[in-house]
Amino acid sequence: MSKAPATLFDKVWDSHVVRKIEDGPDVLFIDRHFIHEVTSPVAFLGLESRGLKVMFPGKTFATADHNTPTINQHLPVQDPLSANQLKALETNSAKYGISHWGLGNPKNGIVHVVGPENGITLPGMTIVCGDSHTSTHGAFGAIAFGIGTSEVEMVLSSQCIMQPKPKKMRIKVNGKLGKGVVPKDVVLYIISRLTAAGATGYFIEFAGEVFEQMSMEGRMTVCNMSIEMGARGGMIAPDETTFAYIKGREKAPNGEAWDKALAYWKTLKTDEGAAFDIEYEYNAADIEPMITYGTNPGMGMGITRHIPSAAEAGGSKASYEKSLNYMGFREQDEMLGKKVDYVFIGSCTNGRIEDFRAFASIVKGRKKADHVTAWIVPGSHIVEQQIKEEGILDILTAAGFQLRQPGCSACLAMNDDKIPAGKYAVSTSNRNFEGRQGPGARTLLASPLVAAAAAVTGVVTDPRSLMAE
Amino acid sequence: MAYDKFTILRSTAVPMPIENVDTDQIIPARFLKATERKGFGDNLFRDWRYEADGTPKKDFVLNNPIYSGKILVGGKNFGSGSSREHAAWAIYDYGFRCVVSSFFADIFKNNSLNIGILPVQISAGFLDKIFTAIEADPKTALEVNLEAQRITILSTGESESFEINGYKKHNLMNGYDDIDYLQSMKADIESFAAKSIY
Ligand code: SF4
Repeated sequence: MSKAPATLFDKVWDSHVVRKIEDGPDVLFIDRHFIHEVTSPVAFLGLESRGLKVMFPGKTFATADHNTPTINQHLPVQDPLSANQLKALETNSAKYGISHWGLGNPKNGIVHVVGPENGITLPGMTIVCGDSHTSTHGAFGAIAFGIGTSEVEMVLSSQCIMQPKPKKMRIKVNGKLGKGVVPKDVVLYIISRLTAAGATGYFIEFAGEVFEQMSMEGRMTVCNMSIEMGARGGMIAPDETTFAYIKGREKAPNGEAWDKALAYWKTLKTDEGAAFDIEYEYNAADIEPMITYGTNPGMGMGITRHIPSAAEAGGSKASYEKSLNYMGFREQDEMLGKKVDYVFIGSCTNGRIEDFRAFASIVKGRKKADHVTAWIVPGSHIVEQQIKEEGILDILTAAGFQLRQPGCSACLAMNDDKIPAGKYAVSTSNRNFEGRQGPGARTLLASPLVAAAAAVTGVVTDPRSLMAE
Repeated sequence: MAYDKFTILRSTAVPMPIENVDTDQIIPARFLKATERKGFGDNLFRDWRYEADGTPKKDFVLNNPIYSGKILVGGKNFGSGSSREHAAWAIYDYGFRCVVSSFFADIFKNNSLNIGILPVQISAGFLDKIFTAIEADPKTALEVNLEAQRITILSTGESESFEINGYKKHNLMNGYDDIDYLQSMKADIESFAAKSIY
């Protein structure tokens, strides 16, 4: 008997449905649940008020990241509200037997960085977390997405959530990426084409040569930003690159369990002839280093271009003007040469070792621009360690940069790392919403290469002009 | 978390004809530090609503006394961005029970339904009609009938139907939530988990 061709997404989703509710959502079993200090406390309160227990504490992992300081982590946290949330995470984890990597733990870091680097994230899993960039883990061929606090409470108490099955989208990018074009540019390009709401209601599979040739770090960057086009998540079929990345990581299976898992993982790909609700295809050669000019991630363009007019951009004129006004830009402005006050490299989008290697490749032998404040924030202590061991720290120091300690930092500016009102920040994070990086802050999203070029020149600069032939 | 049952809501509405209203505007991250679900309404749309020194911004709709009600009417792609349920809490805590738009971001929609806010998705054309009616008369009332899945502009009688799945509708009308449901199927979940390879 031959089965109907299925997509990667169908295979993983369908194998996790505990019950289908007629005219309602599916009850989906969750293999891995990550929690952090901001979106979990109220869920634990909810459990308590209902007198419920955590059903499978071994499937939940806690890490502190959203409002942790990025300097002097050995000192008590100054802000009492943040300290309170961190304490709540610690107490709740201890009380219910959940593994907790708090501040100071050598495994601590941003939730979407530490999951993969410790082998907690594996192909074929369902993974959720009260953070929309949970989509990052889709890079391993997992179904991973962000949930709200009520859903955190559901997973804690029943290891399930209730979700209508999303529609399926496939995005293919074929060809070869040009000089200076990195995974962040690929995903910013796709979002600029699809708009910030273009994939709402869908789960994306990224396919094609560009993703096949991409490293795991790069795939994580791409899947991370699926949510920025409105998608629930994005995933990439696991392959040899995936398996090589996972092998030997602390919590990854080994021995016989590895062989068994591997045999299963190899079945996780979209079958020939399987149907998607919608498909898009782009050409790698059309992508240049990208930068955003507006207040949603869909407002991005090639760095050498001019800001589109409201008519070219489409959508509501009033909203478009509001956005450019906030940014202090005008239609048809050139982005190259615009003054930059801050540079932030970090976050779960670009806070992995490859990102710091890329940043250092431009910075090497140059100096930080005097007027630029740079925040260089590794995604985890493991990344921080790699930065030191690989000599990247020496390059940064010689150029006048300092390395901070891991955390979400200026990605959402819950801690002290806030961009002041009116200032421009080239940021490798994922959101350029009004005030995202601090009240009044103006964010230009870009790759680590573009961030590095801005950090050494003090203006928006095409990184290709600073790269050797 | 228990919430009020939702059946028929008749109320004036607050218009916010802005596209892509994201969760960072609804509740900025720096107000997410509470460990209890209390008081988020005070910081709803904080940076659009108040100057840095706390004085209300006169031109923002929530500060305009001619607009009030339990229904918030927003532009396309309402609630994009983060998964913070705090955004829905802030809207609920401020006193809204229903948000109307021509398009909602997924997670926001789910979060709203989970805490007892009804997201009503209507056509762009009908959304325009609502904005026009409220502009003409801020006292224009809307009726949202969940049972009939219909939204009506009471002054003109114009109406449109909206979608919601039967399960969520039943929950909202009765004030149930998913946690109750999941608790009722624990045995099935146990046996499912026993077969899991992870
Ligand atoms: S780095 Fe930013 S997007 Fe990533 S988990 Fe932290 S706050 Fe969320």
